Amino acid sequence: MKTVYRMLAIAGAMSLGLSAAQPQEKDKLKVGVIATLSGPPAVLGQQLRNGFTLAVKNLGGTLGGREADVIVADDELKPDVAITKVKALVERDKVELVIGPIFSNILQAIMKPVTDAGVILISPNAGTSNFAGKECNPNFFVTSYQNDQVFAVSGKHAQDSGIKKVFLMAPNYQAGRDALAGFKSAFKGEIADEVYVPLNQLDYAAELSRIAAAKPDAIYVFLPGGMGINFVKQFRQAGLADTVTFLSAFTVDESTLPAQQDAALGFFGGANWAPDLDNPQNKAFVAAYEREFGAVPATYAFQSYDAALLIDSAVRQLHGDLGNKDALRAALMKADFKSLRGNFRFNVNHYPIQDFYLVKVVKRPDGKYQTQIVKKVFENDADPHAKECPMK
Amino acid sequence: MSTALLIVQVLNGLQLGVLLFLIAAGLTLVFGVMNFINLAHGVLYMLGAYLAVTFYAVTGSFLLATVLALLATLAFAVLLELAVFRQLYERDHLDHVIATFGIIIFLNHGVKLVWGPAPLSLPIPDMLSGSVRLADGLLYPWWRLVIIAAGLASAGALHALIAHTRLGMLIRAGASHAAMVSALGVNIRRLFTLVFGLGAMLAGFAGIMIAPILSVEPGMGDTVLILAFVVIVVGGIGSIQGAFVSALVIGLVDTLGRSFSVDILRLVMGPSPARTIGPAIASMLIYLLMACVLYFRPTGLFPATGR
Repeated sequence: MKTVYRMLAIAGAMSLGLSAAQPQEKDKLKVGVIATLSGPPAVLGQQLRNGFTLAVKNLGGTLGGREADVIVADDELKPDVAITKVKALVERDKVELVIGPIFSNILQAIMKPVTDAGVILISPNAGTSNFAGKECNPNFFVTSYQNDQVFAVSGKHAQDSGIKKVFLMAPNYQAGRDALAGFKSAFKGEIADEVYVPLNQLDYAAELSRIAAAKPDAIYVFLPGGMGINFVKQFRQAGLADTVTFLSAFTVDESTLPAQQDAALGFFGGANWAPDLDNPQNKAFVAAYEREFGAVPATYAFQSYDAALLIDSAVRQLHGDLGNKDALRAALMKADFKSLRGNFRFNVNHYPIQDFYLVKVVKRPDGKYQTQIVKKVFENDADPHAKECPMK
Repeated sequence: MSTALLIVQVLNGLQLGVLLFLIAAGLTLVFGVMNFINLAHGVLYMLGAYLAVTFYAVTGSFLLATVLALLATLAFAVLLELAVFRQLYERDHLDHVIATFGIIIFLNHGVKLVWGPAPLSLPIPDMLSGSVRLADGLLYPWWRLVIIAAGLASAGALHALIAHTRLGMLIRAGASHAAMVSALGVNIRRLFTLVFGLGAMLAGFAGIMIAPILSVEPGMGDTVLILAFVVIVVGGIGSIQGAFVSALVIGLVDTLGRSFSVDILRLVMGPSPARTIGPAIASMLIYLLMACVLYFRPTGLFPATGR
C-alpha cells in the first residue's frame, strides 16, 4: 500500500512540475492532424496530410512565426479509434489545434472530444449540414464546403445547359439521399429514374443496363472513392459515355483519376477549386505539391493547405500567444490569408462563402489526369443551413 | 420493363454467377475434400488480380499476364498450404477460422505494402473492349460475354476433371473417405496440396477476369468471400455441381432483384416508398434465399454424396 501512495505522490509531483513548466509562449506550436491513412480511402487522408505538411514546410517549419510541431494520427475510418486518437492528441500531446478529418462520420465522433476541451477543430474536408446549422460550434471551422453546395453545382448546370432528362444514382445512405436532393433543388427537368445502390457496391452491370434502357440526356451520380472508380470504368465500357453526359459529385477527382484514367475523360464534376485555377499562389502550390509527392493534388490537399495558411494568419495576428481563445477565434474568423481558391471568407457558422465551378476531367500533356474548370456556377455562395446557426 | 432489358439483365446475372462459381468452386473443394474452412480464399482472388496488373505492366500482353498470374497464384497457394494450412487440417474449425482470418489481415496489409493503397486498374484487351448491340440503344460489353464464356468453359473443364479422370476420382474418394484413400497407398497430403492449388488458381482466375471491370484494391476479396460462402451453403458443401447451380441462381436472383424490385413494388405502392423499400429488399434477397434453403434442405440443394 505504501508503495502505491509513494507512486501517487511521485506522479502528482510530476504532473505539477509539468503544468508549472507549461505556459511558455514562443515554444513549439503543437498541431494535431487526424486523417484516414489506412484502408482503401487512405489516398484521401494522404492528400490531407501532404497538403498540411507542405504548407508548414513552405512556411519554413513554422506557423505564424512559431516553430510548428505537427503530430499525425490515423483514424482508420473507425469512429471509436478516432475518439481515442484525438483524446491522445488533446490530453497527452496538448495540441492547440486539430486539423481533420476526411469523413463525416469521423467528424461527428471527434467534434465533442476536441471542442469541449477548448481546442480549435479545423475541418479541411468533412462539412456536414448539422454543424453548419443548428449545431454550429464556436471552436469549429471549415476550410472546405458544405456538401449540399457541391451537389447543387451539377443540378444548376443541367438546368442552365438545357439538359431535359436525367438519371440519378447514389448509395443508399444519408449522404446519398442528400446528394440527390441537392441536385433536384437546382434542376427542374424530368428525372428518368432515381436509383439507390447498396453502399460499396462494386459491379454496376444491372444499373448500367437500366440507364441504357431509360435513354437519359445525362446521368448524375454521387459515388465517392472506390465505387466511383468502378462505375466510371464500367460506364465507359458499356458504351454509354458517347451518348449520355456524365455529371457527378465527389466521383471524379485527382484522388480517383489515377485509377480511372482515360475512362473518365470529359466527365463533369462540381468543386470549389481545380488544379488549374488561375492565381499565382495556386500555381505555386500545385507545382510544389507535384514535385514533392509525385501526384496531382485534389481538393483534400488544397483545403488542408488552406487550413495551415489560416492557422498561420491567426497565430501571426496574435503574435504567437494563443492563451485567449476569444481572440484566437476572432483572428481565425478574419481569414486573413491568400486562399488558393481566391475568393474566401467565413460565414457566421464558420463555413466558407466561396465560388463553385463546373469541372471536367482532362489528360495533361505530361500524361497525368486532372480536373479543369469549365465555368463558374455559383459566386459567393453561402450554404443554406447558415441561417439556422445561432452564432452571430 | 422490355424483353431486351430482361435479356440483358439475365446476361448480367449469368456473368455474376459464373464469377461466383469460379471462387466458390475452390472453396467448396477445399471444404469438401479436407474439411477445412479457408476464409483466406478471397485473398487469392485479390492476389490473382494484383499479379495480373503487375505482369501486364511487364509484358504488355493480357494473355501472357493471365498465364503468368495464374502460375504465380498457384505457386503462392502451394507455398501457403505447405507453410501454414497443412498444420491446421487436424485442428477444429475454430482454429481454421482464426488462422485464415489472420492470413487475410496479413495479406491485405502485405498487398498494400507492395502495391500501395491506391486502387490499380487493368485495361481490357483492345480486341474485346467494344460492346455488342443487342437491341436499340442496349449495348452489352464484349468483355462481360468473355467472362461468361470463360467461366462456363472452366466449369466444363472442372467437371471433366472431377468426373472422368483418375485425379478426379481420387478427389471424390478423398472427399468421402480420406482415411481409406490414404490406406490404399495414395499420398493424401499431396492430393490436398493439389486440390488447394487448383482452388486457388480458380479464385485467381476470377480475380484476373474481373480486374478490367473492378478496381484492384486491398481488401477486394473480402466482400466476394461472403457471397462465395452463401453459394456453397445453398449449393451443398463439397459439391461442385451444387456450387455451379447455386452460383448461377444467386447471380440471377441478386441481379434481377436489384433491377426490378423497385418496378415490381411500384405496382402495389407509391414511387417514393418503393424507392426506399426496393433496394433494401433487393440486397436481402440472396440471404432470404439461403435461409429458405437451410430451412427446407439443410444440406443444400445438391448435397455431396458420402458425407
